[in-house]
Amino acid sequence: MLNKYPLWKNLLIIAVLGIGLLYAVPNLYRPDPALQVSGESSGVVIDQALMTRLSAALDAGGIEHFGEKANETGKSGLIRLYETDVQLRAQRIVQRTLGDGYVVALNLASNTPAWLSNLGAQAMKLGLDLSGGVHFLLEVDTDSAIATRLEHYSSGIKKKLREERIRGFVSLDDGIISGKFASAELRDTALGLIRKEFTELTGERLDSADGDDSFYLRAIIGEAKRKEIEDYAVSQNLTTLRNRVNELGVSEPLVQRQGRNRIVVELPGIQDTAEAKRILGKTANLDFRLEAKYDAPLSEREQFEFRNPGRGEPSAWLERDVVITGERVANAQASFDQNGMPQVNITLDSQGGTLMHRMTRHNINRRLGVLFIERKSRTHYERDVEGVERAVKVPYDEKKIISLATIKDALGVQFRITGLDAPGEAAELSLLLRAGALAAPIDFVEERTVGPSLGAENIEKGLNAVKIGLGMVALFMVVYYRVFGVIAVVALGANIILLTACMSLLGATLTLPGIAGIVLTVGMAVDANVLIFSRIREELRAGLSVQHAIEAGYGRAFVTIMDSNITTLLVAVILYAVGTGPVRGFAVTLSLGILTSMFTAIMGTRAIVNFVYGGRRINKLAI
Amino acid sequence: MSDNVKMINFMGGRRIAMFISIAMMVASVAVLAVKGLNFGLDFTGGTLIEVIYEESVPLEQVREELSAAGYESAIVVNFGSDTDVLVRMPQGMSPTLGEEVLAVLQAGTEAEVELRRIEFVGPQVGEELREQGGLAVLLALVVVLIYVAMRFQIKFSIGAVAALGHDVLITLGVFAVVGWDFDLTVLAAILAVIGYSLNDSIVVADRIRENLRKLRKHDAVEVVNISLTETLDRTLVTSGTTLLVLLALAFVGGEMIHSFALALLIGIGVGTYSSIYIVASLLVTMNISQDDLIVVEKEGAQIDDLP
Repeated sequence: MLNKYPLWKNLLIIAVLGIGLLYAVPNLYRPDPALQVSGESSGVVIDQALMTRLSAALDAGGIEHFGEKANETGKSGLIRLYETDVQLRAQRIVQRTLGDGYVVALNLASNTPAWLSNLGAQAMKLGLDLSGGVHFLLEVDTDSAIATRLEHYSSGIKKKLREERIRGFVSLDDGIISGKFASAELRDTALGLIRKEFTELTGERLDSADGDDSFYLRAIIGEAKRKEIEDYAVSQNLTTLRNRVNELGVSEPLVQRQGRNRIVVELPGIQDTAEAKRILGKTANLDFRLEAKYDAPLSEREQFEFRNPGRGEPSAWLERDVVITGERVANAQASFDQNGMPQVNITLDSQGGTLMHRMTRHNINRRLGVLFIERKSRTHYERDVEGVERAVKVPYDEKKIISLATIKDALGVQFRITGLDAPGEAAELSLLLRAGALAAPIDFVEERTVGPSLGAENIEKGLNAVKIGLGMVALFMVVYYRVFGVIAVVALGANIILLTACMSLLGATLTLPGIAGIVLTVGMAVDANVLIFSRIREELRAGLSVQHAIEAGYGRAFVTIMDSNITTLLVAVILYAVGTGPVRGFAVTLSLGILTSMFTAIMGTRAIVNFVYGGRRINKLAI
Repeated sequence: MSDNVKMINFMGGRRIAMFISIAMMVASVAVLAVKGLNFGLDFTGGTLIEVIYEESVPLEQVREELSAAGYESAIVVNFGSDTDVLVRMPQGMSPTLGEEVLAVLQAGTEAEVELRRIEFVGPQVGEELREQGGLAVLLALVVVLIYVAMRFQIKFSIGAVAALGHDVLITLGVFAVVGWDFDLTVLAAILAVIGYSLNDSIVVADRIRENLRKLRKHDAVEVVNISLTETLDRTLVTSGTTLLVLLALAFVGGEMIHSFALALLIGIGVGTYSSIYIVASLLVTMNISQDDLIVVEKEGAQIDDLP
């Protein structure tokens, strides 16, 4: 009985710890508070000259800063600051120097050395409860997306029946399209037509009630199609929300689908929740308007610029009356016409189709303009009564024409815009048309805002709890188990390093419940060692020799440790699967902690014990 | 191993312990049924605004300001310190409520009012979280039941799950009696209690199983007593260290995880007791014996090394 670990086992432990240390280390480099500068549109170039100008402005404002650097791509630049307190003041100065057209976002600049980041080592991300910011949970009203689509089908069927001269009465009620006909033949022809032309619908005959000489059919949207519409509405809204979040100028936003019809938006560092909600929640920002006649009085027309100038005319006059708004756009797709020319197919909802038809049938050969409206804000500075300068944001709508095309025919629910120069233009136009409106209305169902001071306090208190808890446990273990206690404490330290490394490597987000999970892991990680050590003590008492007692202690305790840890792991997995937000953060740290603690508390301590006591004759153990 | 093993007669007091446990559980159920849990915002839905004033303000004044602005149903309390004020609104309010209330509070005082947090939870989300929470607890219990039945034997399984139910119920009971907020983090704590208490029960069950096979001359009660005595050291040390870190969390971890730490403190305290008395005495009540462990598993290679 030698209690020696083979070389490969020792090497494995050292290697795992080494790698763990490497990936845990970035968390020690505290990030600098920083400002990130970027252009509102992709055309704006951020170069070193601009950064020098900003640097001079900050110097003039008496704000200490360093490491101002433009990104190689020319799309963004970074200015580091020494203090978090001056971040907001610095943001005002920089925004003022730059003027409108730039986004200045508060940021935390990583200080991880380049060689570490090249290895993929990065500090853990902090959750909103630690960094401060806003969390929104939005619910997409998919029912309304389906209702819109049903209206579209219902009017399509009416139109088709009219064209085929099938007389009947079609109505839409409670998600069901029903038809009423005077004879069985009419009903069957209509049903055949629906089945042929509207394949997404499931149509069927209905029995007539006694004494009723009408014949009925009904059509509903199939389950698969219904799901497709829902998915489309959610993913469409996701795209739109991403575009809008970019407008807010947040450095690391998160826009993510959650569950069937919900979207999570997380905006670190944002304080102005009202503004954020207004931008995220707005609906229509597209107008369809007719081009104004030359002789129309000024009160009835307005001049707008083109979004993409360079087509001869820089601007055009449109009527003040709006035909329809972007809310009525159900879908827009880029495609090609029969001659291979790019075009955009637009689908409106039924109400939009009616309005469009009414307006266009008398205005053939006039031009129809599509106006894209972006909410922007202009900043000016004024002094309040105490002489403190305040930035005042005045929001305004920037309206630009994205398309002006001649009406060749009366337009209805579906029409297309042709005469585009390139497929790229068609793609962009369709994107703008779709981004202009949310595919379905959204509701805010949950909001959590954490102020920056609370976040900082949460980190501080959480870390303090970890330190104090760890200290007390370490003290107790050393007093109670002496040399073995020291070994257990070393293993506990290694466990925290490994846990940090795993979380950083997996890109897990550290939250307050996550810190609680770490604290609990500390308590539970010593359990494995307590099991082993008390077993060794028992075996010694039973009269086993030192080396045999160590071997038996580890061997017998192993089964127990496995059983208890696997069951706890099962519970952690359930927590993760069922829970959301804070519960998940806790589950992640708890389960990772269980896994790393098994490694350090069993293999790690055994390696040290073998190193200290193994391979020689010992009569007494300090345990 | 010799026959004169050290033994504390735990099972001697098992009837009294059983009586106490049953009484506590009945009391918990009664309190939960009559008074109910004081569900936090996560489960009820509603709006919560936490602000910090530069200097302390009388809560009465804040209440008056809010009620003058039309928020009669607002609940105003201090949170942690007397400059920290928490305003809770019942469900069914609009999502923009947070900013409006903040504006009212700011208007009522000369000093700066700093926003700490706003939480808004829609009613349907609250309802879902409540359902999910209950589901999580039930699912955890069922999975544990199955796992323990597979690894041990159905009698151990019943004992372990009964202990879990006991711990969860009493923790909930204490929350109901004291009227602490029951929010998502407390739910996480309850689930952690399940994991932890299970840990304890399994260690005890593991030793009982081992000794049932080893100490064939002793009767079941003696075997259980010996096993409990042997694991007592470990049970107390582990619970002790965990309680140490939880005390650290509860006292320095800040208000946001205070109730989380409290729930765990109670749960783990009760869990330590239940791993001794519930699991073991249920096994005795169910007449656990060597015959229940006919399928003898391999004990591992170290047996051969014994001198």
